[in-house]
Amino acid sequence: MKILVCISRTPDTTARIAFTDNNTKFAEAGVQWIINPYDEWYALVRAIELKEKDPSTVLHLLHVGSAESDPIIRKALALGGDEAIRVNSTNDDGYYTAAQIAAVAKDGGYDLVFTGKETIDYNSSGIGGMVAEMLDLPFISHAIKFDLEGNNATVVREIEGGEETDKVTLPAVVSCQKGMAEQRIPNMKGIMGARSKPLNVKEPVEAEIFTSIDHFSLPPEKAGVKMVPADQPEELVRLLHEEAKVI
Amino acid sequence: MSILVFIDQSEGQISKSSYEAMSYGAALAAQMNTEAQGIVLGEVKEDLAALGAYGLKKIHTVADATLNAMDAQVYANVLSQAAAGHEVIIFSNNSTAKAVAPRLSVKLKAGLVAGAVAMPDTSNGFIVKKSVFSGKAFAHIKVESAIKIISLNVNAYSVSTTEGTAEVAAFNAEIPAAKVEVVSVDKVKGEISLSEADTVVSGGRGLKGPENWGMIEELAGLLGAATACSRPVSDVDWRPHHEHVGQTGLAIAPNLYIAIGISGAIQHLAGVNRSKTIVVINKDPEAPFFKAADYGIVGDAFEIVPKIIEAVKKMKGVA
Repeated sequence: MKILVCISRTPDTTARIAFTDNNTKFAEAGVQWIINPYDEWYALVRAIELKEKDPSTVLHLLHVGSAESDPIIRKALALGGDEAIRVNSTNDDGYYTAAQIAAVAKDGGYDLVFTGKETIDYNSSGIGGMVAEMLDLPFISHAIKFDLEGNNATVVREIEGGEETDKVTLPAVVSCQKGMAEQRIPNMKGIMGARSKPLNVKEPVEAEIFTSIDHFSLPPEKAGVKMVPADQPEELVRLLHEEAKVI
Repeated sequence: MSILVFIDQSEGQISKSSYEAMSYGAALAAQMNTEAQGIVLGEVKEDLAALGAYGLKKIHTVADATLNAMDAQVYANVLSQAAAGHEVIIFSNNSTAKAVAPRLSVKLKAGLVAGAVAMPDTSNGFIVKKSVFSGKAFAHIKVESAIKIISLNVNAYSVSTTEGTAEVAAFNAEIPAAKVEVVSVDKVKGEISLSEADTVVSGGRGLKGPENWGMIEELAGLLGAATACSRPVSDVDWRPHHEHVGQTGLAIAPNLYIAIGISGAIQHLAGVNRSKTIVVINKDPEAPFFKAADYGIVGDAFEIVPKIIEAVKKMKGVA
């Protein structure tokens, strides 16, 4: 079994969101970068669990980004995985990124490609489906449970108002979310071991780009909270009905 | 070159958010001096000609039982066959769209904007505003491909109706065999889906235990609302995981979000900050949630919520 886990680099959840260059670039100054939580907590940890169950499993991590990402790749390797691949590109168009992942996945002959359900910066949920289409493989999105028996996977995915259980024969692409696994913290042995694991840098393949960021904007500031005294909850109901007109 | 709206169905019923996508598609067609059409995959019970009321001129149907359940690969394949002659394809950004639209974008070499929140700016090119950074900002994405795909965030566009009926025509598609077998579907029956709900009543750790959710459910019932919860609540299994809203749970954007006993950690806000009106009830006046709220009450939820329930009953004339 050969598994490829795609990890993205995102600003920390608590990072201040601001823009520079006439609102065309994310303001990176002082931002702490992390592995996209869906990629780390769910995709990567579940893949590590699969390898723990079957130690013959080969687990590779893949990141599309510049050398600035190497610290988060090392952190991911400290959690687990045999080696990492970084495609050396700073382009963040979804289609372009998916094409890079598809090229690596094809070369490596992976049975299973895991992604997170979305990144917490672009929130597009696009990469997994695009990779699957480029590889002509089945795609199961928003998986909350994944079990493997030989080459047959049973996957539970979240749908509107419930869950769906699917069966699929590998190879396949799966996007992962909460429920797949529990967050882990790298231990000292993992951190030391990660230093000597291979991190192979590849140059990107040619790929098309269909979208670009024209500019960013911020939501209007909230007008400020209107406080209602605790002994007059009926006043809240009146405001919601007459002022906000939402009930 | 017209607009094609993907009309999502589940168990033969058109999803609520599809009506938003239809209204959006019709408005975009008007803006671009073209017409909007729709496509339905699978068998539906509803009167499709009546969808003309949402501004669609023609509905293509592929009423094949094998399409009743969504398979991303099959759906993308069938939609790509139907896409000819359409310049923009619109989805509602629900779980189906998140699986299908990216695949379709590869098939059609079409730029995809997922999570759109407004009409495209077509005055100079084609620029779509979408939600990024978990609702904390917007990116205005320029789409440069000939065919464009927009996946509209749920609750981001108001449904509007007009006079008219749509022509309904069967579309003859080649349907490939699915590689994913759907073994079972487990849906909560009769409840309002959380991601599509106009109103959401949500509880946090401040409620002290699962036995205290009666008043949350009662208030939600009165308001026709869905119930939700914060992460700690679902982590300790007071409430089911699918009710968890926040960074790692569901991101929602209802008209009204009522947070009871939730302090408003940044991870929670990431899932609810697109709500139009936010009400926070918390006993801690320093709770960060008040900064993101429109209305707030500082006090004991166990005293306040029952009084709110009484006031809502009075307003609605319910005894």
